[in-house]
Amino acid sequence: MMPIWLALAKVLLAFVVGLGVVVLLVWFERKIVSDLQNRIGPNRAGPFGILQTVADGLKLFFKEQITPSRVERFVFELAPFLAVVPALMLFLVVPIARPIEITLDGAPYLLSFAALDINVGLLFALAMSSIAVYAIVLAGWSSGSKYPLIGGVRGSAQAISYEAAMGLSMVAVVMWVTTLPGVTDMGAMSVNEIVLRQQGTFFPDLLALSWIPQWNLIPQFPAFVIFMIAIFAETNRAPFDLVEAEQEIVAGFNTEYSGMRFAMFFLAEYLNMFTMSALAVSLFLGGWGGPFLDTIDGWAATALSFGYFLFKTGLVLFLFVWVRATLPRFRYDQLMQLGWKRLIPTALLWLILTTLVVSFREFGAPWA
Amino acid sequence: MTEYFQDYITVGAFIGLGAVLVLAMLGVASLLRPSNPTKAKYLTYECGVDPVGDGWAQSHVRYYIFGLLFVIFDVEAVFIFPWAIKLEELGMFGLVEMVVFIAILTVGLVYAIRKGVLKWE
Amino acid sequence: MLDAQAMAQISETSVAVELETSDMTLNIGPQHPSTHGVLRLVAKVDGEVITDVRPILGYMHRGYEKISEVRTYPQVIALINRIDWTSGYANEIPFVVAAERLMGIEVPERAQWIRLILTEMTRISAHLLFMGSFPLELGATTPLMFALRDRERVLDVLESVTGGRFHPNFNRIGGIKPAAGAGKEQKKLTQDLPAGFFTETEAAMDGVIASTDQLEKLLRKNEIFVARTKGIGVLPPEVALSYGVTGPNLRASGVPYDLRNETDYLPYDQVDFEIPVGTEGDSFDRWWVRLAEIRQSANIVKQAIQKVPSGPLQAKVPKIIKVPKGETYVRAEVPKGVMGYYLVSEGGQGPYRVKIRTASFSNLSMLPWILEGVIVPDLLAVMGSLDFVLGDVDR
Repeated sequence: MMPIWLALAKVLLAFVVGLGVVVLLVWFERKIVSDLQNRIGPNRAGPFGILQTVADGLKLFFKEQITPSRVERFVFELAPFLAVVPALMLFLVVPIARPIEITLDGAPYLLSFAALDINVGLLFALAMSSIAVYAIVLAGWSSGSKYPLIGGVRGSAQAISYEAAMGLSMVAVVMWVTTLPGVTDMGAMSVNEIVLRQQGTFFPDLLALSWIPQWNLIPQFPAFVIFMIAIFAETNRAPFDLVEAEQEIVAGFNTEYSGMRFAMFFLAEYLNMFTMSALAVSLFLGGWGGPFLDTIDGWAATALSFGYFLFKTGLVLFLFVWVRATLPRFRYDQLMQLGWKRLIPTALLWLILTTLVVSFREFGAPWA
Repeated sequence: MTEYFQDYITVGAFIGLGAVLVLAMLGVASLLRPSNPTKAKYLTYECGVDPVGDGWAQSHVRYYIFGLLFVIFDVEAVFIFPWAIKLEELGMFGLVEMVVFIAILTVGLVYAIRKGVLKWE
Repeated sequence: MLDAQAMAQISETSVAVELETSDMTLNIGPQHPSTHGVLRLVAKVDGEVITDVRPILGYMHRGYEKISEVRTYPQVIALINRIDWTSGYANEIPFVVAAERLMGIEVPERAQWIRLILTEMTRISAHLLFMGSFPLELGATTPLMFALRDRERVLDVLESVTGGRFHPNFNRIGGIKPAAGAGKEQKKLTQDLPAGFFTETEAAMDGVIASTDQLEKLLRKNEIFVARTKGIGVLPPEVALSYGVTGPNLRASGVPYDLRNETDYLPYDQVDFEIPVGTEGDSFDRWWVRLAEIRQSANIVKQAIQKVPSGPLQAKVPKIIKVPKGETYVRAEVPKGVMGYYLVSEGGQGPYRVKIRTASFSNLSMLPWILEGVIVPDLLAVMGSLDFVLGDVDR
């Protein structure tokens, strides 16, 4: 039983980490893209321009906020909330560091660093990313303007298409993990548990290969690829950024938004990017796991594991940025075809394959 | 059971915190920002000319078909999750059941593709 | 009494009417992020398919033809720089040549060769801009930065000669102006190009050729780029010809029509170059033809700097230029296509009437034809590939 203050402390931690990383992430993206494009990038606000995001945010505080007369007012004002809150929620289930043994009321207690360690963690994540679609649809629809409408309709169809593929790739991971030895009693749908079951190595007996970590990335590589493509589409990032394809439909669903309300969508986009990357790290890259964690203990190990988590998430985010600097944008129907004709069938096929392998491992060969 | 509810208190707290964050930022902005309305600012954007017609038009029916397809496959994924967890207990019977289930949905997807739902013309 | 067949027909049409989604009228432009200026398209959109499109021009009309009537010849040269601002120098050539022909001036060979070099460098810079802007329409941001980086080198060289990056205003009737910043001493010696110009140009051209390889590598085999452009916005040669499309757009459709080969406004007959032509006439070919033209132009420049003879820059012209009565039409191949000036002189210090034929205007005239049935995301893949400049359309 966890005291309320601890639960709230965890919530606050997740909140601060989430928002803090987003501020850095915008700068990180701009800096990386400018390096890839022979530019300097932000270099005025603070050392290496690191405060540029803060400056941009502050600027938006002072910007006039226009609500066009034709909008559906209630929905129009609700949409920014629907964008930001689910994006934050998604981060709740992600463990950001290694659990630590502490004494609580005289009894030992294993403190996990997922703000919300529930047995349906992955379903929760799936549900939250589905809610995020509402923000796009409602913002687009309520604007009462043509470009946002097209952007909203596009965005919703796109997000739901890839949501399905994402869900299926998650199932394969759960299935794979479920037969690994459990650590806590949460079951294989808890993200915390999935991370815990990825610690260690595939070859504990072979010294030469014992450096290979037991990450889902290796046995579940196709699921990883599907998941990555799906989260690119889910977060509306290049090459799937049709929702806000500037050259085609101006700013897409947030064309009519200005000032701070616009900033909310911007914040949500980067939050989504970060939380999705964090989820990818947790599902496939061993979460906070890394070398030397077993040689130290206490808070030092926790801090180191948090460092590993940030580093891995940074790598995934780098991929996001790299792809953005490299690829043009898909056309809408090509995007849909890729989703329904390639990704979902592949995900289904991979699911069946995983099922067979896992069953084989569990029940033995049917002919035996 | 209390632990179970406590988890969702956390969720509630987080929703509250998120909403407060948005409210606070919008609130602070409303104190700081100028308000200088003119008639033209309240027009919706249409590339610099006055908007033609109303902003709501019918969308093509294919978008709704995607919606239907999505419901099928997302619900499928949600159905498979519990089975994936209980794989050991359900054993061979569950395995066969699930493969049949997935196969039926795959047939549905193939049907949709063959029907030309995904074609753009 | 209607017979059964007619009844069936009527009920069928009524069903077809009922099932149609209502069209949305969409204004694309004048203030739109990607129409390269203030072009307005009124498009009827059914879902995302464009059923009808009407371009509305004139947002940028500056009345150059009329203004030219009240300006002297040297003043007009400064004006027409601004018609197509991506290729300012090339715009000057046909007008100057027209005036020279009416006056019967023989332009010194050195001036002609320098004109040729600068025209080709303008072509390179204009096409490099396209190499950046077109992928940007498709969502690729990096080629823009790479293309602008290399364009900058070309513009630097242009600037070192003419003193201007975009609007050189470098031609004079009868020849060219002595170089900017050449100084009195140097002016006496060579009267024109700044020191080290040839080596710098040669280096810049090598850089350009290397960069075209880089740009090609970035996109040519990029699966998304190919899927977005191959077979999109196909322009058959007959249609292109009937609408008066010229330049790379026409050559992409497979018609090897290039004025550099056909008229003698500059000594193009003394350099070797190929005319790249496309096969399909789609957006991809239009991109590829321009890429290939950059290479050809760089080669032309490299050949030309070997051939620049020494000699005067200016033919003997009176201090106050008066063009004798007469009329002539001179066309030239500018980066966007064929540009021509129909010049009528009544013997005054300025033209009596100038009719300007600009490439972009004619290229744009087939827009309703090519855009019908295109889906909104392809609109940009088609329009971007046509590479028009609104100043060149509205003038």
